[in-house]
Amino acid sequence: MSIMEYNGGSVIAMVGKDCVAIASDLRLGVQSLSISSNFQKIFPVTDRIYVGLPGLASDVTTLHEQFRYRVNMYTIKEEREIEPQTFAQMVSSTLYERRFGPYFIEPVIAGMQRTPSGSYEPFIAATDLIGCLNFAKDFVVAGTASSELFGAAEGLWEPDLEAEDLFETISQTLLNAVDRDTFSGWGAVVHVMTKDKVITRTLKGRMD
Amino acid sequence: MPDGSFSHPQQRSFNPYTENGGTILAIAGADFTVIAGDTRQSEGYSIQTRYAPKVFRLTDRAVLAVNGFAADGNMFVKKVKQRLEWYRHAHAKDMPLRAIARLIQTMLYAQRFFPYYVYNILGGIEEDGTGAVYSFDPVGSYEREACRAAGAAQSLVQPFLDNQIYFKNQQAAPGQSHPLHLPLSDVLSIVIDSFTSATERHIEVGDGLEMYVVLAKGRSAQGLEGGRGVQELTTRTDGDRVFVIRRELKKD
Amino acid sequence: MTSFYSGPGFDFSNTVRNNFLQDRGLPLPKATSTGTTIVGCIYKDGVVLGADTRATEGPIVADKNCEKIHYITESIRCCGAGTAADTEFTTALISSNMEMHALSTGRKPRVVTAMTMLKQMLFRYQGHVGAALVLGGVDVTGPHLFTIAPHGSTDKLPYVTMGSGSLAAMAVFEAGWKPDMTREEALELVVAAISAGIFNDLGSGSNVDACVITANKTEMLRNFVRPNERVTKERSYGFRRGTTAWKKEQIRSLIVSEEVVKHGEAMDVS
Repeated sequence: MSIMEYNGGSVIAMVGKDCVAIASDLRLGVQSLSISSNFQKIFPVTDRIYVGLPGLASDVTTLHEQFRYRVNMYTIKEEREIEPQTFAQMVSSTLYERRFGPYFIEPVIAGMQRTPSGSYEPFIAATDLIGCLNFAKDFVVAGTASSELFGAAEGLWEPDLEAEDLFETISQTLLNAVDRDTFSGWGAVVHVMTKDKVITRTLKGRMD
Repeated sequence: MPDGSFSHPQQRSFNPYTENGGTILAIAGADFTVIAGDTRQSEGYSIQTRYAPKVFRLTDRAVLAVNGFAADGNMFVKKVKQRLEWYRHAHAKDMPLRAIARLIQTMLYAQRFFPYYVYNILGGIEEDGTGAVYSFDPVGSYEREACRAAGAAQSLVQPFLDNQIYFKNQQAAPGQSHPLHLPLSDVLSIVIDSFTSATERHIEVGDGLEMYVVLAKGRSAQGLEGGRGVQELTTRTDGDRVFVIRRELKKD
Repeated sequence: MTSFYSGPGFDFSNTVRNNFLQDRGLPLPKATSTGTTIVGCIYKDGVVLGADTRATEGPIVADKNCEKIHYITESIRCCGAGTAADTEFTTALISSNMEMHALSTGRKPRVVTAMTMLKQMLFRYQGHVGAALVLGGVDVTGPHLFTIAPHGSTDKLPYVTMGSGSLAAMAVFEAGWKPDMTREEALELVVAAISAGIFNDLGSGSNVDACVITANKTEMLRNFVRPNERVTKERSYGFRRGTTAWKKEQIRSLIVSEEVVKHGEAMDVS
């Protein structure tokens, strides 16, 4: 039993055509005992950035506050909103600072990045618990169901999905992955982001 | 440090098991079964061979896939085949699938305190002509299922199969329902995609893919005969038939 | 947070808690490591570096196409194996310090300088910063190639390999290396060495990255060879819209563009 499995939980992010999606389960447990089916692991950072923080529940709260503080300081100093790419670097440095006493969180970042031409393009990234960044073009996963998510996503994901189709693909990937993991599940939430809106849906899934 | 003296207590140990990677899977249809496995055999970060079969034909209607510790697996298959031959000599017929499943249970449980370090999946055709898959743990606990993945990439493949074979978490279109069994061509596509996906994300899966197809007596082999990489292993066309389909997988 | 000022260097404030957790029988999780094959080779007028692009977490491939050849200066690059975060941040830190050094001395920095900075840092952390590096570049004294082990020991050789695929790659070098090779010969040998790692070592995979450094040009050949493209799937797995059942929906509209309209007189700032 590793610390990452103590509270359980999983997050996944996927890229679609001019959209991104990020989804997580809603379980909070203490080893095999489930405590809550409404534990938030994905947090809005700006209008166009979401961060998923699966791992040790106390660190979910701590890191969420830490990122809120750092993003606010950035906004004040720079007089502009932080971009997803910049935020990913911020997450990475924050974690690596504690290389020898890490937070037990593997963050997943999803957002719409502003391009020089003024439009938006999808952006996803993930890091390990000491801040090694992984920029993928298709999908990133983290948490106790990571291998199940890798397998399901590798099979189900396809390029250039429209927002509504991406919702189906990410939802099916997550739901089927967490059903094969003892530490994840108990409900799920999905955010699908396009340039002009964010759709948040709470899924109906197995509650065992 | 063991030095052979009796002046202080000493302990020696020998670990007789290793893990040789790879993945196997089986899916049962209405009147056929597909049993597949990759052909890579590895130890640690090294590839021992790119072609070590993990799937074996036992009879004209039974195929066994073995995954885990390769030496145990090979010996176990050898002993199962031997028992099936004795059965043939005694009864002048092949052992039925459900009897093979029970035989495998007793053979595994006989080694309860020094187990064969292998996960078995038995696939084939039952006496009533239906496709069947039996999956076992290393000490003989078993059940009949419609689909099962085992081995290194089990955790990657099984959720995908749950979704695509059992239609788990999928709502059927209004006024429609999910099919109970998929056609052979769909099953083969899903098997191939399962293995290419596992190859992408699991370092111990790759090199080659062998898919055994067991067809119930009287079922048409259309789409199979003469297909790419298809070979028939049975000689008679009037009983259950066994085919093998070989594909390449990535080698990195 | 106890203080709003955070000093330089690592923050150890979580270690007491983490050690407590570890003593309670909860082992620390492992970080992403780059199983990796990395190589370097000196040739007639420069250095060629090579790397595979697979990053692993245990037996799972975490990143199929990561970059392992890191920028140090314009004519010095560094391949990293071992703990991925450590190779990333160590090379970034030394790259930064090399730039500062170049600015303060007003000279093009040397490869030995980068090597010394790296080894001193790694030795200071006694191997806990798990970076195994291949450092190569060209400076005023000519082409140089080093390996730096996680504990800080270094080697200076005409051809080097590191990572889990180092034996496979070194076998290729030992069979094919010769002095004063041409650019094409060296690049071909490096590709063969990395390929040996990709195909024979499970910790390495995907594509070949290469970097050719000469006195006046550095060529980063990202994904120089791609021998492991995924074949197209047998089936499409798109779902019918409405497949997933959901309970609640919330839509948040975002501002896509805004126009600032001036109102009234401008503020008097005279």
